[in-house]
Amino acid sequence: MHMPAPDARIMDLKSQLAARLRQVMAADAVIDAEAETRAYECDGLSAYKCPPLLAVLPSSTREVADVLRICHDMGVPVVPRGAGTSLAGGAMPTADCVILGVARLNAVLEIDTADRLIRVQTGRTNLSVTGAVEADGFFYAPDPSSQLACAIAGNIAMNSGGAHCLKYGVTTNNLLGVTMVLMDGTVVELGGGHLDAAGLDLLGVVCGSEGQLGVVTEATLRILAKPEGARPVLIGFDSNAVAGACVSDIIKAGVLPVAIEFMDRPCIEACEAFAKAGYPDCEALLIVEVEGSDAEIDHQLGLISQIARRHNPVEIREAQDADQAARIWLGRKSAFGAMGQINDYMCLDGTIPVSELPRVLDHIRALSQEYGLDVANVFHAGDGNMHPLILYNANMPGQLETCEAMGAAILKLCVEVGGCLTGEHGVGIEKRDLMHVQFDPVDLTAQMAVKDVFDPRWLLNPAKVFPLDASAQHRAA
Amino acid sequence: MHRRNTGRPEAALEALPPNLRDIFGKKKMMTPQTEDDVAQMVRDAQGPLRVRGGDTRGVMSEGDTLSTAGLSGMTLYEPGALTLVVRAGTPMTDVEAALAAENQRLAFEPLDHRVLLGTTGTPTIGGAVAVNAAGPRRIQVGACRDHLLGVRFVDGGGQIIKNGGRVMKNVTGYDLVKLLAGSHGTLGVLTEVSLKVLPQPERTATLTAHVADAGAAVALMSQALGSAFDVTGAAALQEDGGFRVFVRLEGFDASVRYRAGRLRDALRLDDGDDPWAELRDVAVLRHHAGVVRVSVRPSQAPQVLARLDDDVAVQMDWGGGLIWLGGDDATALLRAAQAVCADLGGHATGIKGDFASPRFQPEPAAVAAISAGLRAKFDPRGILNPGVMG
Repeated sequence: MHMPAPDARIMDLKSQLAARLRQVMAADAVIDAEAETRAYECDGLSAYKCPPLLAVLPSSTREVADVLRICHDMGVPVVPRGAGTSLAGGAMPTADCVILGVARLNAVLEIDTADRLIRVQTGRTNLSVTGAVEADGFFYAPDPSSQLACAIAGNIAMNSGGAHCLKYGVTTNNLLGVTMVLMDGTVVELGGGHLDAAGLDLLGVVCGSEGQLGVVTEATLRILAKPEGARPVLIGFDSNAVAGACVSDIIKAGVLPVAIEFMDRPCIEACEAFAKAGYPDCEALLIVEVEGSDAEIDHQLGLISQIARRHNPVEIREAQDADQAARIWLGRKSAFGAMGQINDYMCLDGTIPVSELPRVLDHIRALSQEYGLDVANVFHAGDGNMHPLILYNANMPGQLETCEAMGAAILKLCVEVGGCLTGEHGVGIEKRDLMHVQFDPVDLTAQMAVKDVFDPRWLLNPAKVFPLDASAQHRAA
Repeated sequence: MHRRNTGRPEAALEALPPNLRDIFGKKKMMTPQTEDDVAQMVRDAQGPLRVRGGDTRGVMSEGDTLSTAGLSGMTLYEPGALTLVVRAGTPMTDVEAALAAENQRLAFEPLDHRVLLGTTGTPTIGGAVAVNAAGPRRIQVGACRDHLLGVRFVDGGGQIIKNGGRVMKNVTGYDLVKLLAGSHGTLGVLTEVSLKVLPQPERTATLTAHVADAGAAVALMSQALGSAFDVTGAAALQEDGGFRVFVRLEGFDASVRYRAGRLRDALRLDDGDDPWAELRDVAVLRHHAGVVRVSVRPSQAPQVLARLDDDVAVQMDWGGGLIWLGGDDATALLRAAQAVCADLGGHATGIKGDFASPRFQPEPAAVAAISAGLRAKFDPRGILNPGVMG
């Protein structure tokens, strides 16, 4: 992974820039001491680190606008940062950039259960949005695994998903409006309490634009009434192909579970060793969760079990109560922790058509042998969003590179079978140089044209998403 | 540039002075059979193009007609993956029939404009995408944009561009899919679209009640939508000086019976007949010369209506978030609705009638500048349906 060389002209502006920023915000909101900027040197993709020139923590949309206007004036790149949990390097700094963190923008601005919406500042964490409306019987649906820590700002930037999006959709399907500051300091409102755009759907293109079009400071989010209850069924199979066929049959039967999670043998074994959830000894395991009243849940779980039985399952375990449900989820929820116990790992995020599941898993197994690295698969099977975890040892020279090469091979495979490079983590720097695998130059140019309009000087998070050679001319403009 | 939309393209022609009628009448009709043909025709275009699917919305713009009717047929349908890839000019009836055979459907419930506008023609899937169609189920499953997984289109420079794909979860690069949905053919000519489809429900139930006024109607719909019972429709029609509210439940038979029972008791509703096809097509306003569509925050619907003339005909949908207005003077109705939205938020769009002012709500300057910038990038010559979103 290569980043452009830092601009010496900008590096020389550091003290002047800090002084100007301190004129528009509290002194402690401008972080320029080297020991302190180091706190922002990376995000969740910790293999890559680079302390920023400066970091700022504005407390209002107004301050965000002031910061951006000053940086725009001085030609300084800005990297927006939510909670820094990106797995794709979306918030990774460059040495000549200002990190704009929204952590201090964490207020709830409005809750309206009659209109089924909440308005928050975007530094607020995902889980605390649900926390704010839970007592009223509502929740915010997108639930990325990092939901305890991740900020709504980052969710919007990456169009984050989660385990429950088969039924409820991802961030873009639950985002009603934003207050966004453009790079030149202009504040725009897109959407609001109404459901559709007045003209072009700009909100739709802003969501998932990885902090490259503007800094979103406030968001209006759709909240939903909590279902009466939810319970999973666990189904073990003796092959990945059979588990994949079962997923397809469940969907064809007209059942729409809120989640269908898939784990393969390496993942099952690691989780079992770590969490002792009592999973069956099998090749593939599905956890299928449905919602509703007790009777509705029983009915749906019955249908699912009936379909599963046609595929000769090793075991079917329907949760009868909350306790049994928690045990079923225990292993799945500790999957990433379990992997971390074994070794360093890289978590991929490609999506494939559900029908290609068995073929892709076989192919990944072959790649694992070819590259000599173990892979465990845990993913959202209902929507084809895979999360192969490649295990490697970061302290062993060359292993990170081997792991990255193998990751690239898996993602290319995802594209080849009709899928995509990233289902919910985003491109960032991690998948940036693979974009040409999925897109022709003309496709990338069309996307970059959007950035040209929102941020003509390419100062916002500039060296991400698009391969550097493809974006070179735009960035130089 | 202001467009007439009487529902009949030929009516707009007749309204022109004879010399102009002659010129417009002689415009070319192009029906490309392949995506490459579309690209070539756009590249070769010397003036504006009227980009058309089935022409059921009767919206006028000038120039040669470029019809997508020749781009027809399904590329891929995987019921087990809930995915459909289809060429843009495919008739909606073909799509619906193929899905019905697998007990599936397009969940966003695209409305058939022929009912409201009295047009002929064949609605196409591309047309539904181009207007971001959304029926009563919008409040639960979203609009067309929420089901659109990928697009292929030809931009104003004649380049073939793809975005998104055919998988449910995809955040690879910018989401031009959303940008193209609802762009009314002004950013590109859609050639192929991928959609998420959903199962047909085993049973549908409708619950209903008469209430005294718009405030009570919205309050009742909000209660239903805020319940745990997965309401998939909440609409209201004028009745005896008040409103008749309709609430829809869908799903497995036993589940619908259970939820209907709970809601019936909690909100004191009665069982009703199925009005949803008529609500989707806004059939109640079909005899009005002017029809305006208003999108607002649901709780503001009563305020919006209070500020309009008493004789305006009304259909509320989306729990109050979508208001259809009918009247005789289309322009006056549109201006009044846009003025209210300028105060309260939301927006009003002219759907049917002779409008002497822009059909779309003017956007704030900074937002309008971004939209104009995007149009200049995707259609530098300004030849794709110019003025249609003006």
